[in-house]
Amino acid sequence: MTTISNETIVTDGVDNVEAHPTPELPATLSTARPKAKKRGFGRWLPPLLVFLAIVGVWYLISLFVLDPHLRFLLPLPQDILIKGFLAPLAFNALMVALYQTVIVSMLGLAIAIVIGVAWAVAMSQAKWIERSLFPYAVILQCIPILALVPLIGFWFGYEFQSRVLVCVMIALFPMVNNTLFGLQSVDKGHKELFTLQGASRSTTLVKLSFPQALPAIFAGMRISAGLAVVGAIVGDQFFRRGTPGLGILISNYSSRLQGEELFATIITAAVFGVVVFWLFGLLGRRVVGKWYDFT
Amino acid sequence: MTVTAPAPSATRVPATDVLLDFANVELTFPDGTIALQGVDLVVKRGEFVTVVGPSGCGKSTLLRIASGLESASQGTAELGTDRIGYVFQDATLLPWRTVAANVELLAELHGESKKARAAKAKEAIDLVGLTGFEKHLPKALSGGMKMRASLARSLTLDPELFLFDEPFGALDEITRERLNDELIRLFTAKNFAGLFITHSVSEAVYMSTKVVVMSGRPGRIVETFDVPFAQPRDPDIRFTPEYAALVGEVSHALRKGHGHS
Repeated sequence: MTTISNETIVTDGVDNVEAHPTPELPATLSTARPKAKKRGFGRWLPPLLVFLAIVGVWYLISLFVLDPHLRFLLPLPQDILIKGFLAPLAFNALMVALYQTVIVSMLGLAIAIVIGVAWAVAMSQAKWIERSLFPYAVILQCIPILALVPLIGFWFGYEFQSRVLVCVMIALFPMVNNTLFGLQSVDKGHKELFTLQGASRSTTLVKLSFPQALPAIFAGMRISAGLAVVGAIVGDQFFRRGTPGLGILISNYSSRLQGEELFATIITAAVFGVVVFWLFGLLGRRVVGKWYDFT
Repeated sequence: MTVTAPAPSATRVPATDVLLDFANVELTFPDGTIALQGVDLVVKRGEFVTVVGPSGCGKSTLLRIASGLESASQGTAELGTDRIGYVFQDATLLPWRTVAANVELLAELHGESKKARAAKAKEAIDLVGLTGFEKHLPKALSGGMKMRASLARSLTLDPELFLFDEPFGALDEITRERLNDELIRLFTAKNFAGLFITHSVSEAVYMSTKVVVMSGRPGRIVETFDVPFAQPRDPDIRFTPEYAALVGEVSHALRKGHGHS
C-alpha cells in the first residue's frame, strides 16, 4: 500500500478553505454575531405589531361598533378566554373534541402517507404504470370531495370511519404527487453509478431513489397534514354521529349563537393546524436537514 | 549450463495484456446522429491512454460503451477484465451519506460485509488523502475533495481498468494539477490501466503513456501519439522542449481533426 506524501496534506489545506471558512475570518465573525441577534428580534417584531393592531381593532369593533346584544358576532377577547376556554364545561367539551379531531386527522394522514407513497413508488417503477395510474391521482384531486361526502355517508355510515376517509381523500394527492416528483428527481449520474454495479431495482429504490425523495416526501407530508386537519373538520360537519370533533362543536356553538365558545373552538382548530404544519416541518428538518436545505 | 527460462516474469502479468479492445466501433443515436465512427482502440495493462478531442466529439460515449452503459451499433468492444472503475465528470456523491459511507457504497452494493467494506473504504480514503474527513458530508467538501472521494469510491473496486470522464474538468488549475500528479502516483502504485478523457492537451500529454486525438462529429480517431517520458512524471517536464514539442504536435492534430468536420 502506498501512501501519499506530505504534499497531500498541504493540498487538503488549500482544498479545504471552502469547508472551514470561519477560522480565517475572526473579524467578520465578531461583527456578525450581534447583527444576527438583531435580525432574530427584527423577525419577530413586525408580526407582533400586526397582532397587536388586530387585537386593537377587535376591541374597537366589539366595544364601540357592535350593539351589546350582537356581541356574539365578535366577543371580547377576555370573554373568549374566560367563557370559551376556561369555563369547565366548555373546556371539557373542547378537549374531548380536540382529541377526536387529532385522532381522525392523524389517522387519515397516516393512511394517506402509506397509500400515497406506495402509489408513487408503484408509478416510479414503470412508465406504463405511471400512465395508467397518474390520471386517477389528478382526478381525485379535481373532484370536489364535498360532492362525494353524501355517498361516503351512504356507504360507510355517519361515524368515525367516514370522517377518516374524508381526511385520506383530501390528504392523498400531495403525498402521491410529491413522492413521485422526489423519486423522479434522481440524478442521472447517480443512477448510472448504481447501474454500473448491477444494482437491482429494489436496491436502487432503497439506497438511492427513496433517500433522494425524502425531502419532497416531507414537504408533501406537511401539506397533507394541514389538509387532513381541514378534512377532519369538514367530515365532522357531515358525519355527526359518534363522539363529536371540533367541527361538530363549531356547528353546535354557531347554531346556539354561543360566540365565545365558537371563537375558542375556531382558535383551537387553527392552532392545531399550525402545530401540525410546524411539527412536520420540524420532522423534515430533523430527518433530511443535515444534507438538504429543508425550509 | 542452459539458457535460464524467463520464468519470474510469468508471476507478473505480462504488460501486453489487453484490457480494452475496440474494433471498428460505431455508435449511431436513434435520431441518426453518428457519435462514433470506425474507432479502433486498445488499452493494455500498464498503459494510461488519454483521449483528447473537441467537445461533443463522442469522447465520453467511448467510455459509456466501454463500461456497458451504452452498446455499440457496429463493431466490437471487448473487455479483458470485469474490475472496472468509472469516475464521472461530477463526483456523484450521495449527499445524505458521509464521505466514508459514500466510499463504501460500491462494496455495499456488491453485498460485502460491513467489516470488509469499512476496511476497503479506509484504505482508499488514506490513498486519496482524505483521512480525517470520513464523517463529513459532501456539501462540506470543496470541489477537489469531492473528486478525491469519488476517486476513493472507485478505488475500493481495486480496478484493473480505470475509466475517467473528464474528472477534473470543473476544478481550478492548481487543484487540477495536484490531482493529476496524485492520479499518476496511484497509477504507478496500483498498476491499473487508465482510459482518461479530457479536452486539455497539456493534461493529456503530461499524464499519459499514449494520447489519442479525436475529430469532431462523427468522432473518429485522427492520430495516436506515444508519450516517451518516464512514469511517475516529474512535474518539471512541463518546461522541457520535448514536452512542448509533443504538446504542439497533439494540438496540431487536434486542429486538423477539427477542421475536417
